[in-house]
Amino acid sequence: MSVSARAAGLAVEMVGIEKSFGAVRANRGADLAVRAGEIHALVGENGAGKSTLMRVLAGLYRPDAGVVRVNGRDVTGWTTAQAIAAGVAMVHQHFMLVPTLTVAENVVLGREFTKGPVLDLGRARRAVAELAAETGLAVPPDARVGELSVGEAQRCEILKTLFRGARTLVLDEPTAVLSPPEVQDLWRVLRRLRDGGGTVILITHKLDEVMEISDAVTVMREGATVARFATAATTPAELARAMVGRDVALAAEAAAAAPAPAGGGGALEVRDLVVRGGRGGVAVDGVSFAIAAGEIVGVAGVEGNGQTELVEAIAGLRPVASGSIRLGGRELSALGPRERAAAGLSHIPEDRHARGLVLDFSVADNLILGLQDRYARRGVLDRERIGRNAREKIHGFDIRPPDAALPARALSGGNQQKIVIAREMGRDFSALLAAQPTRGVDVGAIEFIHAELRRARDAGKAILLVSADLDEIFALSDRIAVLYRGRIVALLPRRQADKEIVGEYMTGAGRGAA
Amino acid sequence: MSRATGVRRASLLAPRTRALLEEALVPPLVAILLALVIGDLLILAVGQPPGQVYRLLLAGTWGNAYGLGQVLFKATTLVFTGLAVAVGLRAGLFNIGAESQLAAGGFLAALVGLALPAGTPGLIAIPLATLAAALGGAAAGAVPGALKARVGAHEVIVTIMLNFIVLALLNYIVAAHLHVPETLHTPEIHAGGVARLADLIPAFHGSAANLAILVAIGVAALVGWYLFRTRAGYDLRAVGLQPAAAEYGGVDVGRVWLRAFLISGALAGLGGVNFVLGYKRYYEEGFAGGAGFLGIAVALVGRNHPLGVVLAALFFATLSQGGLAIHAVVPKQMVEVLQAVVILAVAVTVPEVRRLLRGSRGRTDA
Repeated sequence: MSVSARAAGLAVEMVGIEKSFGAVRANRGADLAVRAGEIHALVGENGAGKSTLMRVLAGLYRPDAGVVRVNGRDVTGWTTAQAIAAGVAMVHQHFMLVPTLTVAENVVLGREFTKGPVLDLGRARRAVAELAAETGLAVPPDARVGELSVGEAQRCEILKTLFRGARTLVLDEPTAVLSPPEVQDLWRVLRRLRDGGGTVILITHKLDEVMEISDAVTVMREGATVARFATAATTPAELARAMVGRDVALAAEAAAAAPAPAGGGGALEVRDLVVRGGRGGVAVDGVSFAIAAGEIVGVAGVEGNGQTELVEAIAGLRPVASGSIRLGGRELSALGPRERAAAGLSHIPEDRHARGLVLDFSVADNLILGLQDRYARRGVLDRERIGRNAREKIHGFDIRPPDAALPARALSGGNQQKIVIAREMGRDFSALLAAQPTRGVDVGAIEFIHAELRRARDAGKAILLVSADLDEIFALSDRIAVLYRGRIVALLPRRQADKEIVGEYMTGAGRGAA
Repeated sequence: MSRATGVRRASLLAPRTRALLEEALVPPLVAILLALVIGDLLILAVGQPPGQVYRLLLAGTWGNAYGLGQVLFKATTLVFTGLAVAVGLRAGLFNIGAESQLAAGGFLAALVGLALPAGTPGLIAIPLATLAAALGGAAAGAVPGALKARVGAHEVIVTIMLNFIVLALLNYIVAAHLHVPETLHTPEIHAGGVARLADLIPAFHGSAANLAILVAIGVAALVGWYLFRTRAGYDLRAVGLQPAAAEYGGVDVGRVWLRAFLISGALAGLGGVNFVLGYKRYYEEGFAGGAGFLGIAVALVGRNHPLGVVLAALFFATLSQGGLAIHAVVPKQMVEVLQAVVILAVAVTVPEVRRLLRGSRGRTDA
C-alpha cells in the first residue's frame, strides 16, 4: 500500500460498534474515524467506553455489532495477533514488560534475532538503539526494565510496539504516570511519529492535553460517540460540555481558594516520618509537615516518589520505621487503621479498585467498609441501619444508579468514587487523606469532588491532598508540598507557587534553582 | 436510535434479581446437564439404554428407603466437608486439607468416645465427642492457617502435604496402639452414640443414615448466618474478595485467614461424627474415603453458599450411591466419570474458580 493512498484515506474507521458485558453496554453504536497521519484524541468521562472501543480496535474484544476498518480493509472481529501484524498496537496503562529482562530483550521478545539456536542479543541491542535514535525514544538498551523510571518504561513499551511494525498506535492515558517534562518528551515522540506518517490515537480525559497535542478529537459519552471536532476549531469548555452533556466549571477557572478560616483543633502533624518501601528501600525519608484545621496541603510529585507510602503510613496501612504522626495532639503511629479512623482520620485511597471498595460487595456494604463495628450489635450486622445509611448517602452524594443492593462493580468509575467519598466524608472526621481523589473520574464527578473537598476545608478539616494532576493541586491547595525521592523538597504557599517551579522541583531540578 | 437504546437499557437493569439468580444457578446446572449428556454417551458405549440405567440409578437411591438412607448418610459427611471448603474459599483460601481434617475430627471423636466409661448417656457423650471432632479438625486446620498468616506459605501446598502427614500419623497411632487385632479400626465405643434414622423411622432399617444429618443442616444454617449476617462474616468475605480493601477497612487479614482455617478445619472435623458416632462406632483407617476431596467439588457446584452446598452434597451422594445401584449393568466407575465431568465443567464456568486459578491474589503488603 502506498503512502499517498494512506494519507488520503482513513487509517481507522469504526462504525456502529456495540459491545456489552453482561448487563452493561460499554459501547452502544460508537463511531470513530481517524485519518492516517494524525494524532487523534479520544476523550470522555470514565465509563464512556473509550477503552472498550480501543480494545475492539486492537483485537482484544470482538464487537457484538458494527464494523471495524483499518486502512479501508474490513477487519471486524480480528485477533490481537492479526492487529499487530497489520500494524495496530495498543500501549496499555499497565505496562506488559518483564522487569528482570533488559530493555533490548523486552523489545525483541517474541521476535528474537537468532544465530542458529542461540539468541543474537548484540543484533537486538543494535536494532533497538537504532530505533530509539530514529524515534527519539531515549531508553538505555542494556538497562533492566525493573530499574527504569515509569517514563522510561513507557518509552520501552512504545519502542516494543514500534519494533513490531506498529503504524497505528493507541495510547491509553499515557501521561497519568509522567512528570511535566516527561510529558513534553512524549509529545515530541508522538509528533515525530505522526510526521513520519504514523497514526496515533490518544485516550485521555485531560482537556489541556487534547488541545496541546491532538489534530482532531472524538468525544464519547455513555458508550456512544457524541461529537467530533478539529482541535483547532474547538475549546476546552466546548469539549467538557460534550463530555458531560452540560456546562462544567473547569478546575482552572474555579481555582480561587477561599481564605482558610480559623478552625478548632484537629490539625494533622507529621514529624520526621520514615517509611520503608516495598523492596526494603526507604520510600519516605524524614518527612515533616503540619496541616492546620481548615487547610488543604497538596502534595505534588511524579508517581513513585513516596506518595503512596506516605499516605498509607499515615492511614496505618504501612508500618512506620520512625517518626511521629499526630492528630489533634494524639499520637497515631501505634494504632491500627480502624482505631485511626475512630480518632477522626478519613482516607480516600488512591486505588479504589484494590483498596477503597470491595467491588463484589453491594453499595450498602461498601458504605460501611471500615465502620463495620459501628454497624454491628454484638457482632451481628444491623441490616436496618446499614440500609438507612445507604439511602442517606446515595441521596446526599447523588450516587447513581440509586440502588443500594447493586454490587459496586456495576457502577461507573465516578460513581464508585462517590461511594468512597460518601463513606469517608459523610461521617465525623477532623483530618482527611485524599489520594488521587479524582483519578479515572469523569469531569462532572471531578467538579463534585472538588466542591466537597473545599466544603470540608471550609468546615475546618485538615486535608492532605495527593494528586498526580498538577491542575488539581493548584486548584485546591492552600500550600503545595513537592515530594521527590521520599523527601519534601519544597513547601510553598499557593500564591508563591507556579507550575514551572513546582514542575522543576518534581524532577529534582528545582533544588538550588529556587 | 438513542431512544431505542435508552429503552433497551431500562429493560436490562430491571430484572436484576433474576440476573443474580441466573448467575448463581446457570453454571452448576449447565455442568450437570453436560455430565448427563456425556453419561448418555458412556452408557450407550457399553451398549445399554441410558433411560433404563438412569431409572435404575434413581430407583436404587431415592426410590427406596434404604437407598435414600444411604444417600442421606453420604450427603451428611459431604455437607460438612463442602461447608469446610466453602468457608475457606469465601476467605480466599483453597483448603485441600478437608480429607485429613475430617479424619482428625473422626479420630478425636473416637478417642473421647473410647475414654468415656461404657454406658455414658448420649446426652453427655455426644456433645463431648462432637466438640472433640471439631477441635481435631480445627487443629489440623490451624497449621496451614498459621503458616499462611505468619509467613505467607501457600495454603494449597501446605494442606496437600499435611494430608499425607496427618493421615500417616493417625494410621500409625491406630496401628501401633489402638487397633483391634486383624483390623484397621479402633475398638468399639460403648458410650452413647448418635441415634440411627432407622430407630425413628423403621423403613430406613439397614442404612447408615443417622441424626448427624440434623446437625449438618443446622451447621449449614449457622454458617450461612455467620457469613452473611455477622460482622466477622463481612470481614471474612471482604478478605476473600479483596484483601487490600479489607486491610484498608481495618481488618487484620492474617487473623481472618487463621480464623477461617480454624472454622474450615472444625467443619470438616465435624463430618467425622457421622461415621464414628452415627455409623460404625469406631475409628477406621481410611474412613474419610475421599469425602474431603469431594467436598471441594461440593463447594464449587454449591457456589460456596450453604444452601447450594447442601443441594450439591445430595447430588454427589446420589451419584455415589447410584454407582452401586447400576453396577450390575454398567461399571460403577461411570459415575466417577460423571463426577469428574461436573467438576471440570464447573471449574471452567464458575468465576470464583477462574479467579483462584489466576492465583496470586492473597498478597498484601505486610
